[in-house]
Amino acid sequence: MKPLLEYTLRLGDDSLILGHRLSEWCGHGPILEEDIALTNIALDFVGQATNFLDYAAVLEGQNRTADDFAFLRFDKDYKNLLLVEQPNGDFGVTIVRQFLFDAYRKLLFEKLVNSKDDTIAGIAEKSLKETKYHLRHSSEWVIRLGDGTEESNRRVQDALNDLWRYTDELFYSDEVDAELTIQGIIPDLTSLKEDWLKIVDEVLTLAKIEKPSNNWKFQGGRIGKHSEHLGFILTELQFMQRAYPNMQW
Amino acid sequence: MVSEKEIWKFLEEVFDPEVPVLTIVDLGVVRDVKISDEKVFVTITPTYSGCPAMKRIEDDIVEVLSEKGIKSIEVDLVLSPAWTTDWMTENGRQKLLEYGIAPPQDDIDKSTLFAKPIIVPCPQCKSKNTRLISQFGSTACKAHYQCNDCLEPYDYFKCLR
Repeated sequence: MKPLLEYTLRLGDDSLILGHRLSEWCGHGPILEEDIALTNIALDFVGQATNFLDYAAVLEGQNRTADDFAFLRFDKDYKNLLLVEQPNGDFGVTIVRQFLFDAYRKLLFEKLVNSKDDTIAGIAEKSLKETKYHLRHSSEWVIRLGDGTEESNRRVQDALNDLWRYTDELFYSDEVDAELTIQGIIPDLTSLKEDWLKIVDEVLTLAKIEKPSNNWKFQGGRIGKHSEHLGFILTELQFMQRAYPNMQW
Repeated sequence: MVSEKEIWKFLEEVFDPEVPVLTIVDLGVVRDVKISDEKVFVTITPTYSGCPAMKRIEDDIVEVLSEKGIKSIEVDLVLSPAWTTDWMTENGRQKLLEYGIAPPQDDIDKSTLFAKPIIVPCPQCKSKNTRLISQFGSTACKAHYQCNDCLEPYDYFKCLR
């Protein structure tokens, strides 16, 4: 697969899977305002996914559509990060997962705005503006819960301890990434980590949450090796197209 | 054949499906109008990536222009340059306010983390003593506020830059 197509699918799949996870909160938010906020953010992510997967379809040139990519690929063909497919857990888990990802996405889009690929740059420019709102929302909640009650602090700390092992994967650069970095299409992903840690440290300090010291590093999402959770997500996401091929409404 | 200027005028009859007091011209969603070989090309841009109204807006443009006797219409979607609330017309801001939605405030703090809260006056009683309830309101483009004086809850069309 061409590197640019491969990386466009990675961007699209990150957005689609996290958007789907957030949409699972619809009707289950801890308060009405958060129900609305999480699903609003889900909508932005699904919109970004549509933009990226539309472009993937153009790059592939095989008459597939964004919908074909979303509804008719198996888990091994999905290229999203392990972090975004992790279960919602309680509200604290969802917020910590969101914060870790939003901080990364903001830094990534800030670089992709200058991509030598005009379409990637255009989608990044569009997405960056809303990503800033997402990061503000998730970081404020990390602080509010972390510096809240003993119980809310414990839950956020537990969530971070659990999700931390998936964060290193955000900054791995394989041969696909390296090739695109040489072409000036994407930044060197490893270079984003320092700024990401700055944001994380700043927020965790205010939240009175400790950064985990473990060095477990999981990876695999980018090459289609996923945790068991992705299969369940796709079962729900793809049900209608699998049960009733080509159905529309 | 009609002129591009007339097409712009016709597009003022197409309203935003989610904020029906605004036309798509007020909102700054229409980026370009071109006529080439008797065909009308209208370029639009979404407010947010996932804005569910885009398809509806596209259909409405075709419907309104068809009613004006234009036979050949193409609506194109562009993402860049990305939409900003700066493109909302003064007329649009006034209409929002009269409708009960606070228009975008210009002096926003652009830093992402821990930005200073902005003052969004109440569209009902004009009090500046108001508070943010949630960054995300009834649609992706709005936040939810409440007035501390008259207690009215209201939407704020957030600044996007």
